[in-house]
Amino acid sequence: MAEIIASEGGGKKKGKKRAKKFSTAIDMTPMVDVMCLLLTFFMLTTAFSKPKIMEIVLPEKTNEPSKTEIPKWRAVNIILDENDRIFYYNGLADPTKPPIPTVIETDFSKDGIRKMLLERNKVLFKQISDLNNDVLTGKQVMSKDTLDQRLRNLRTYDDVGPIVLIKATEKVKYKNIVDIIDEMAICNIARYSLTEMNSFEEKLLAKAKRDIAAGQTGQPN
Amino acid sequence: MGKIKVAKGAPRTDMTPMVDMFMLLLTFFMLTATFRPQEPTQVDTPNSISEKLTPERNLITVYVGKDNKVFFNVDNGEDSTMHVRQEVLKNVGAAYNISFTPEQLEKFERMDAFGMPIENVKAWIDAPDNTAREALQTGIPVDTTEAATSELANWILYARKANPRAEATIRGDNTADYKAVKQVLDIFQGAKIDKFNLVTNLEKVEVKLENL
Repeated sequence: MAEIIASEGGGKKKGKKRAKKFSTAIDMTPMVDVMCLLLTFFMLTTAFSKPKIMEIVLPEKTNEPSKTEIPKWRAVNIILDENDRIFYYNGLADPTKPPIPTVIETDFSKDGIRKMLLERNKVLFKQISDLNNDVLTGKQVMSKDTLDQRLRNLRTYDDVGPIVLIKATEKVKYKNIVDIIDEMAICNIARYSLTEMNSFEEKLLAKAKRDIAAGQTGQPN
Repeated sequence: MGKIKVAKGAPRTDMTPMVDMFMLLLTFFMLTATFRPQEPTQVDTPNSISEKLTPERNLITVYVGKDNKVFFNVDNGEDSTMHVRQEVLKNVGAAYNISFTPEQLEKFERMDAFGMPIENVKAWIDAPDNTAREALQTGIPVDTTEAATSELANWILYARKANPRAEATIRGDNTADYKAVKQVLDIFQGAKIDKFNLVTNLEKVEVKLENL
């Protein structure tokens, strides 16, 4: 009896040494929790949309007045005023050289200042958008550098588009300035500059505002 | 007849794929993370169509907040061995007869944008926590008197001397006055910088000539 049992038991042990069956599944919940937390943290703190920049170059400050003559037919003066008002006049205002231009009020909308600028800048705008379209549709194949160079050339040699002089009164908000410079970029204006208002223009602006106010109330000027 | 067995106990989901994905995303975010710099004031920048990205380094940033308060930041340049910030602080301090300890200089190097009169900078560096620090952010004086150039002008001047390659960047708020921004622009031009980067948000505008 004892022998048999011993042999049986011994035989079993020798034949198959079976490892104990452990469950290999590890409870991953805590790990998932921590990872979820970290993931959320990194996702929220990552500065995803990097801010963009708009470049402007201001004319160098010198005591000498600039010598560049602006042809009268190309000049467009934009005057920004408080409460998002915007005025413009064509040509140059010089009290000694009449006729004195009329100051017109417009607005920042699509049909306001943009329409006016686009109409004045039609030639250059068409050239630039044609070139861009040709590249997009594959009619012309060129590298990005070449394209940039050609766009720059178009702007440099533009001699019919407007020369925009941007002026602002005292209480204008920063947003308006950025908006108007952005409008230059949208309309592909080749030449524009931020300049100071002179006293004659202030008078013109004041007169225009009076006229508009009088027009609205219906009273004779 | 076979009986439908109802599983007993909590059902187990295999979470391995989820963990895999988490791990991947986590690694991605950890490696690409560039932390959002702490801003001294809330600034809502205007929109523009420009798609140019802000450079990472070599920036002199001037913030113009809602209330026209001005804040200043300069980074450490190409690599941190240049210690641009330390040099700027040391030189500006010297211009106003204020000296900083090496520990303060070192701490300042790791800090961010600030805006307070120069005599409060020390207190700002040594402030125990962020609330105390924020209370000190009162804006940098920009007004130039006949006797002396403004503090902002000095900060810009010495930042430019310490890192000549630094570009001028302006983060103006939508509602800031142009007058305040113009003052900053003038100060920059006084330091012979005529090219500016205005920080804006991207906005898409479609313009077609046919619409005219």
